Amino acid sequence: MTTRFGRRKFLAYGSATLGTAMLLKACGSAPTDSTGGEEDAPTAAADGDTIKVGILHSLSGTMAISETTVVDAEQLAIKEINANGGVLGKQIEAVLEDGASDWPTFAEKAEKLIDQDQVVTVFGCWTSASRKAVLPVFESKDHMLWYPVQYEGQECSKNIFYTGAAPNQQIEPAVDWLLENKGSDFFLVGSDYVFPRTANTIIKEQLKAKGGNTVGEDYLPLGNTEVTPIITKIKAALPEGGVIFNSLNGDSNVAFFKQLQGAGMTPDMYPVMSVSIAEEEVRQIGKEFLVGHYAAWNYFQTVETPENEQWVADFKAEYGDDRVTNDPMEAAYIMVYLWKQAVEAAGTTDLAAVREAAYGQEFAAPEGPVTMNPNHHISKTVRIGQVRDDGLFDIVSSTDGPVDPQPWNQYVPETQGFGCDWSDPAKGGKYEVEA
Amino acid sequence: MLEGLVGGLFNGISIGAVLLIVALGLAIVFGLMGVINLAHGELMMLGAYTTYVVQNGANGLGDWAVESYILVALPLAFLVAALVGLLLERSVIRFLYGRPLETLLATWGVSLILRQFVRSVNWPMVIGLGVFALLFGVGRWILSRYTDWARIARWANPVVSILSAAIALVAGLVVQGAGNPTFTRAWFSTRNVDVTPPSWLRGGVSLGATLQFPSARLFIIALTILCLVAVYWFLNGTTWGLKMRSVTQNRAMSACLGIPTEQVDALTFALGSGLAGIAGCAVTLLGSVGPNLGGNYIVDAFMVVVVGGVGKLVGSIVAALLIGIVTYLVGSGTVALLLTGNEALQPVTDFFTFFATTSMAKVMVFALIIAFLQVRPAGLFPQKGRSVEA
Repeated sequence: MTTRFGRRKFLAYGSATLGTAMLLKACGSAPTDSTGGEEDAPTAAADGDTIKVGILHSLSGTMAISETTVVDAEQLAIKEINANGGVLGKQIEAVLEDGASDWPTFAEKAEKLIDQDQVVTVFGCWTSASRKAVLPVFESKDHMLWYPVQYEGQECSKNIFYTGAAPNQQIEPAVDWLLENKGSDFFLVGSDYVFPRTANTIIKEQLKAKGGNTVGEDYLPLGNTEVTPIITKIKAALPEGGVIFNSLNGDSNVAFFKQLQGAGMTPDMYPVMSVSIAEEEVRQIGKEFLVGHYAAWNYFQTVETPENEQWVADFKAEYGDDRVTNDPMEAAYIMVYLWKQAVEAAGTTDLAAVREAAYGQEFAAPEGPVTMNPNHHISKTVRIGQVRDDGLFDIVSSTDGPVDPQPWNQYVPETQGFGCDWSDPAKGGKYEVEA
Repeated sequence: MLEGLVGGLFNGISIGAVLLIVALGLAIVFGLMGVINLAHGELMMLGAYTTYVVQNGANGLGDWAVESYILVALPLAFLVAALVGLLLERSVIRFLYGRPLETLLATWGVSLILRQFVRSVNWPMVIGLGVFALLFGVGRWILSRYTDWARIARWANPVVSILSAAIALVAGLVVQGAGNPTFTRAWFSTRNVDVTPPSWLRGGVSLGATLQFPSARLFIIALTILCLVAVYWFLNGTTWGLKMRSVTQNRAMSACLGIPTEQVDALTFALGSGLAGIAGCAVTLLGSVGPNLGGNYIVDAFMVVVVGGVGKLVGSIVAALLIGIVTYLVGSGTVALLLTGNEALQPVTDFFTFFATTSMAKVMVFALIIAFLQVRPAGLFPQKGRSVEA
């Protein structure tokens, strides 16, 4: 070296290099933002007239892990519909926007989709926080959002259709099943934010009503991986074993299950019921730590219906053999079809007409038959699965048929006795149900 | 009672051991060199990903490999992190010595770059970077051999780098375009990856009726002690360690006596980074492995070093154990439990019961640390005599 390579220069070149590398990457993997235009599309769409729908999920940031899988399912549904002639004889064009795991960004992008792109509906959101952020946008513009994830309930908006489970279609049946089969002493573990806290409020009220006990509860801050104190508490509260109800989200689950096994707490003594762990998460946590534990969902990849076999095969053909399907993906897939049926029943994409036409729409979903209710939620079958050796679920219990949704929880005193019915202008989002 | 005491002490120590192994590399880099390295967590992450790669390699070799891969992963994680640390020191940090604020910003930038790198690294990107490094290196070497480099450096440097970058970009794009999807797929993607420890680290050792010591925790405690002994021996028993300590205490004087301070800096930083890699390998036994792994530990690591006091390893050891034990005793409700039954102390019991959750225990530990630093701003064991150059 004859000269020193100056710091400023280094930074300039270094950043140039990295910029280059990132560019390389970006050019290589730019997502396709349109799923229209299949080669075997019918000539009806040849006039170039398309129906625009918005897809609004996090394609980057912490939530991207989960939300990109949901985008895949939505795009598969759109692709299939287009291949079969589209909607009202027109092809669907999807406008993809990235909410970037940042709630204000979700609100901005929602406005952009509605005002700039003039989409006729939006499919999107995963976390309750992002849904709460876009809710005012959809209500002020009187537009339409389809939301595919199980959530804590206590909401019923005229402008949102919820195709995930309400608490009475996931949490409550799970608690009932545990009380019947696994004992009545519950320890509640969750991440420290709105969904687990609301869910646990419901569980505590339900246990009170059904004669179970909550022996303790604790919340881990998101991203925390030190579970030792919680494990000590569980052992102290349940020395003879008992039920652990887990609403942890994301990384904490990995730490929780790894350390639970290390502490010798096996599923036969300490069965864990999770509400945020589906097939995709099992793969990331490591099935060795989960075998024998339980999860409550409406859909598992192992559901034995002809529709499901077809769907899993289609999905793997489209995205690769190593991919798995799970509940939120399935809910995302069926909501596209429910919207399509509503549009075709209405004969127009006019929002009010589509909303009216959506009530009562039925669809033979992979999970079994589903029906859209006037309260904007769908009737779904509820299932309990147990993790087996291959990382999929053994379905150990399932309801006889679809369970009707209750957005307003019937165990929490503040919302007891309330219902929601948007088909009747006199009732609306929250009315007192006649006893 | 005795079982409870032993169990509690073990749990406290095991939390402390994790904190300590995470903070050990930082205690050297920040404690001895005064470099605020915000990319420390990302060096850990690289160690964790190395473990993941070794595990996947072992899965193809049969059962004996699956059972013992961690023993190979540990030294490899150390090497990978140490090399990246060395590169980081030679290319960024050495220009910023004595300027803590710029160091902080630059290393934070590096940490973001490393996170994104792990998310998006694939073959075309690696090939592109390799081509760039090769062209740039060779170009400079040729020019400096056959021309008066000092005279033309002003314009030659940008020209060479831009040319190399352009060629590298084209090469990368060609590979990307021609490659089949498996070839251009990201190695790790944004998803967390599943690192499963060997089966002998997944269970626990039972003792008595109620006690069970998780094997992973025992392993980490042993590993921490091993690392401590090794670092202590290196600092106090080898020539390089002696040089390191002398540079830490008085850089100018060491340079006058012929100690190659630049090399010592590089070596010290590489050692600290390597220890971060080992820590990264260790935490795969406890938690998830993803691009954001480092962020979960970096605050705790700095906390340990600051409480321990800059410039002394023993401070970090005591601080980590103290923080671990206090976190455990408060968070698990043991303190509240010990106080119950005493009527006079009821308000105190209620106070501790309120703090007996994971989130609130953290709040209390932070509050205690802030209070402690008011009393002793330089930490538990401040450096005496000549101060360390910051």
